[in-house]
Amino acid sequence: MIQGIAHVYGDNIDTDRIIPGKYTKTLDVSLLANHVLEDLDPEFRHKVQKGDILVAGDNFGCGSSREQAPIALKEAGISIVIAHYFARIFFRNAINIGLPVLEVPKHDFQAGDEVRINIQAGTIKNLRSGKEFTATPLPKVMIDILHEGGLVSYLKKNQTYSL
Amino acid sequence: MQQTTAEKILSQHTGQLQKAGDLIITHVDGAMATDTTAPFALKAFKEMGGGKVWNPDKCALIIDHAAPAPNERIANLHHLMRQFAKEQGIRLFEIGEGICHQVMVESQYVRPGNVFIGADSHTPTYGALNAFACGVGSTDLAAVFKTGKIWLKVPQSIRIICNGKLQKGVTAKDLILFLVGKISISGATYQSVEFEGEAFENMTLASRMTIANMVAEMGGKVGFVHPKGLQLDYEFEAVFPDSGAHYLQTFEFDVSNLEPQISAPESPDNVENIGPHEGTDIDYAFIGTCCNGRLEDLQIAAKILKGKRIAPGVRFVIAPASKSVMLDAITDGSLQTLIEAGAAIINPGCGPCVGTHQGVPGNGEVVISAANRNFRGRMGNPNSNIYLGAPATVAASALEGQIVNPQKYLL
Repeated sequence: MIQGIAHVYGDNIDTDRIIPGKYTKTLDVSLLANHVLEDLDPEFRHKVQKGDILVAGDNFGCGSSREQAPIALKEAGISIVIAHYFARIFFRNAINIGLPVLEVPKHDFQAGDEVRINIQAGTIKNLRSGKEFTATPLPKVMIDILHEGGLVSYLKKNQTYSL
Repeated sequence: MQQTTAEKILSQHTGQLQKAGDLIITHVDGAMATDTTAPFALKAFKEMGGGKVWNPDKCALIIDHAAPAPNERIANLHHLMRQFAKEQGIRLFEIGEGICHQVMVESQYVRPGNVFIGADSHTPTYGALNAFACGVGSTDLAAVFKTGKIWLKVPQSIRIICNGKLQKGVTAKDLILFLVGKISISGATYQSVEFEGEAFENMTLASRMTIANMVAEMGGKVGFVHPKGLQLDYEFEAVFPDSGAHYLQTFEFDVSNLEPQISAPESPDNVENIGPHEGTDIDYAFIGTCCNGRLEDLQIAAKILKGKRIAPGVRFVIAPASKSVMLDAITDGSLQTLIEAGAAIINPGCGPCVGTHQGVPGNGEVVISAANRNFRGRMGNPNSNIYLGAPATVAASALEGQIVNPQKYLL
């Protein structure tokens, strides 16, 4: 169960806006967190609190394959990203680094809403409006990877994939 | 069962009949990472238990995104890559050898019918030569290096048919910009995009790469330019889609009257005919990248600029896509023409496209670029504006200091 405060953004947030290319060449994840979303909302990194939830519209994370994008969000304290749907590489990357992502084709979230999420059940409740939304189910392999905390631990344990 | 190209290649690889929506585990024929994605991939590889990569001959590392290293932090990341390549016996493409996608094709790391995984979003470029090639991030790539396998969902396919021949002075880049505008930045999300029709049949491999490259800007997983007319330096067996294959959607366009296209800030799908943008003053012109840094792109720019000078106050940066492209452009005189016209030639690699070095625009500046992305901040400065166009458009715009239709120079 995850509960947190929502930060809400729009459609087609690309990875250059999540973490500009000029900051990606590093293994220092705190540097990534320091610049997360800076070209979209320069205040974001000052207002984000550990456990907060990022909510977006269509096609979140489009553009480059940089895994630095979900890493930056996770390191900044984001506990889960919810979007109508994700760009495919971002979607895989987030799961692979152990950042939960759920696709909800429709939602009513506004900035500051408190949200409760049950990842297993795929349910997302807006505690302000009282409305509950159902997420598009994740394939079992993704749930298993997420359960292990990411692909590194999953493969260390299982050596290979099972569908 | 009648199959799409994606279904066919994945069926061949798994030894089972696969259809869209199936989840599969497949072996891969090759994998690569760049200096943007490799450092995290090598870290993940080590954390997964390290050891040897599954097949050193099929793995590659390319230093292209920030090459040569602009600072000590990046120099140290490059060092990690060199060390790993040496330990593992895998090939490292050094600074100046070229952009990952160009060198993978030139060095035949990828061939028709292959499944290839690249830790770079423009990996679908290899759909130009009929390969199932998709982009992943660092950790997925680490897992491929380790196991030689990946799990995938067999994608649904859409088909884009383009009838008619392109007008003189209208090139593959204009066509793909037009199509990205039609399909949108998210219109092919998770899908395989198959291009077919007369407009593609006479295209060079370079032009086909330009087409497949921007499947990424439609959200596509993989793309395929129909192999009819495809010519390579070696013998190959092409994979054709079955005539009754199932497509989620089919789009059909007559492109015989297509005009040069412009993608305006700040999304690649913000595409219009060049007309409304003509006369927009530019500060900076750029030709290069995995989309348009090939010989034919430099040649068309040279044709426009032969014996002329770019406009005062405009700077023009050119980054050939590979060492081989650069040498060819030296041999045929294109580079000399471009240098004499006022262009600054930088080493083969991604150059200023990824906003790290080699030509970051200043505040309020306008760039006309032959790259594939114009997201805010893409070239390193969120206070600049990037217009995308064909190499011919970039060259003609550099000449006049404003966005212009290049067709008058190409009659």
